[in-house]
Amino acid sequence: MKYVDEFRDGDVARGLAAAITREARADRNYSFMEFCGGHTHAISRYGVTDLLPPNVRMIHGPGCPVCVLPIGRIDLAIELALERGVTICTYGDCMRVPASESLSLLKAKALVDKTRADIRMIYSATDALALARAEPQREVVFFAIGFETTTPPTALVIKQAKAEGLANFSVLCNHVLTPAAISSILESPEVRQYGTVPLDGFVGPAHVSTVIGSQPYEFFAEEYRKPVVIAGFEPLDVMQAIRMLVRQVNEGRAEVENEFTRAVTREGNLKAQQLVSEVFELRRSFEWRGLGEVPYSALRIRADFAAHDAEAKFALEYRSVADNKACECGAILRGVKKPQDCKLFATVCTPENPMGSCMVSSEGACAAHFTYGRFRDIDVVAA
Amino acid sequence: MKKGYVRPLDLKHGRVDMSHGAGGRAMAQLIEELFLKAFDNEWLRQQNDQANFAIATVPGSRMVMATDSHVVSPLFFPGGDIGCLSVHGTINDVAMAGAKPLYLAASFIIEEGFALGELARIVDSMARAAREAGVPIVTGDTKVVEQGKGDGVFITTTGIGVVPPGVNVSGDRARPGDAILVSGFVGDHGTAIMSKRESLAFDTEIVSDTAALHGLVASMVDAVPDIHVLRDPTRGGLATTLNEIARQAGVGMMLEEAAIPVQPQVNAACEFLGLDPLYVANEGKLVAICATEHADLLLAAMRAHPLGTYAARIGEVHADTHHFVQMKTAFGGKRIVDWLSGEQLPRIC
Repeated sequence: MKYVDEFRDGDVARGLAAAITREARADRNYSFMEFCGGHTHAISRYGVTDLLPPNVRMIHGPGCPVCVLPIGRIDLAIELALERGVTICTYGDCMRVPASESLSLLKAKALVDKTRADIRMIYSATDALALARAEPQREVVFFAIGFETTTPPTALVIKQAKAEGLANFSVLCNHVLTPAAISSILESPEVRQYGTVPLDGFVGPAHVSTVIGSQPYEFFAEEYRKPVVIAGFEPLDVMQAIRMLVRQVNEGRAEVENEFTRAVTREGNLKAQQLVSEVFELRRSFEWRGLGEVPYSALRIRADFAAHDAEAKFALEYRSVADNKACECGAILRGVKKPQDCKLFATVCTPENPMGSCMVSSEGACAAHFTYGRFRDIDVVAA
Repeated sequence: MKKGYVRPLDLKHGRVDMSHGAGGRAMAQLIEELFLKAFDNEWLRQQNDQANFAIATVPGSRMVMATDSHVVSPLFFPGGDIGCLSVHGTINDVAMAGAKPLYLAASFIIEEGFALGELARIVDSMARAAREAGVPIVTGDTKVVEQGKGDGVFITTTGIGVVPPGVNVSGDRARPGDAILVSGFVGDHGTAIMSKRESLAFDTEIVSDTAALHGLVASMVDAVPDIHVLRDPTRGGLATTLNEIARQAGVGMMLEEAAIPVQPQVNAACEFLGLDPLYVANEGKLVAICATEHADLLLAAMRAHPLGTYAARIGEVHADTHHFVQMKTAFGGKRIVDWLSGEQLPRIC
């Protein structure tokens, strides 16, 4: 694949690994958090940790849209499908997120009254819009999730629905914001007070940054003295970013650097930002799985578009539901624990039967470790 | 009016209705004009409810039997359709015992309202596939279900075959030190199907690899009678098949990512959809495991066959009580190639 294989070249990777090993000072440890699930996935899938020296450690961050979705939000979607006769359309990863009463959207799909409702996996927000257009008697709700990357397409379909007067189409908005989550981690007692999570810098988001630009991270670099290097989702991008972070730490700098210059600018995509602010406004507070209530960390649909806001249209009331007590997703999402520290990991919690959200999406820290890396936890012994 | 005249089936505009499954004249007509005509052979001509045949067995040979239901959507896809797929699928299941497939049975569940013209296309495609493979469809059944209770047509095929003496192929025979081979590019069928699902608007020239593999298997068994394992990596793809074998045989495996043949356009489409070609279905590929000293000979035999041109040696079996299938990535690291969990779902970001 032209323009992709170049970013997965094994020889270049070994060269970069040697450079990181050479530049990382032997007398100290380096702990970097990759914010995005996309990075977590790339690191696990390509075995990047095998190439890093032992004193450079990667901590998985909360940037997996499915992982941070609290149970209560999925419950709302299931309630719409099962009790209100609504057809829910959503992205594939959402289907298996565990909800209350051992349900998930995938399990609820088998219970839905198919004569009027359904739960469908779609690839793009416009697919949901097209369904509503083609079947006016069907009440369609797009269950929208994701960080800033997936927000502009949602804004677009809401505008389009309003322009066309599509009365049977609305959006259940769960869009969340990256900078708020980074703040929440930096403000957490584990990082600020106790220092139990040593954090020397961030590998900054790839796709999110194409939309919001690199500017929003300047505050973290300056205020918290943490270097940020924005990196693409290819494994070589990640390694290059790690090398840049090591250099910043060594030189005592805390700046925002951009490794992903082929897609990210300082300002970001102004047109997309404009579109988003036209349709959405900040929520005062939003619950995140793992991080709890985070102020001004999510978006809701503006009153102008209330006819297409499922929360308003169906008068939905959010109820917070606690995670399984033994589930460590919260601590894992904050970087306090590793997947293998959780008692449920690979015992009752597996990708087939996820107890917590980190085991659901392939971008989740637990699923990535289970799927690609769990052989490292145990000595492989000959039979 | 001509005496005894029966108006032929209207293949252009006609549709299947409940009477086609009711056991009366309409059903008899459907069977005669469509199925018998297409599949025509001496067993079907006898018009019994079962096929009678003798099987000349050599001492030490064994019978094998396999069945497979086909519910593919869409029914017609680049490179094939449910018809030829249902013939290839069962022939391959029989052949993966190292057997020569002999006879097939086919059972149809058709949804009321299904166009007769499409049914004819499917049946013709089955007939062609069976003829090309030299494995006749000798008995069958047809049922019609009400509209909304099926998805066009479901086809179940069952096949029987004979394993020659001295051949003992089984999933539990993978041994530490054995070589793992694959017969060609992986991921073609699933990617072709995916590209035609209505929800996905993208064009590609990827076609399904659907094919009957018994010819390839015959030349492989000729070259190396002691093949330990053969399996066709259909649903769940190569990764799932290797995990099944690892568990069955109680071993681990180490693959070389760079050695696994994947067409660039399949790689690109999977990249685009957030899928992994190792988990995407194949319908004309097989995995073979044999003693390492036989590997070169077996690989040469595979490459000499038109369905094995791009065959490759992709890894090795080793001892591992955890039965992990691991892979050295082209990038230079190591990772697990795990069981597929649930359906393969595209990622969001």
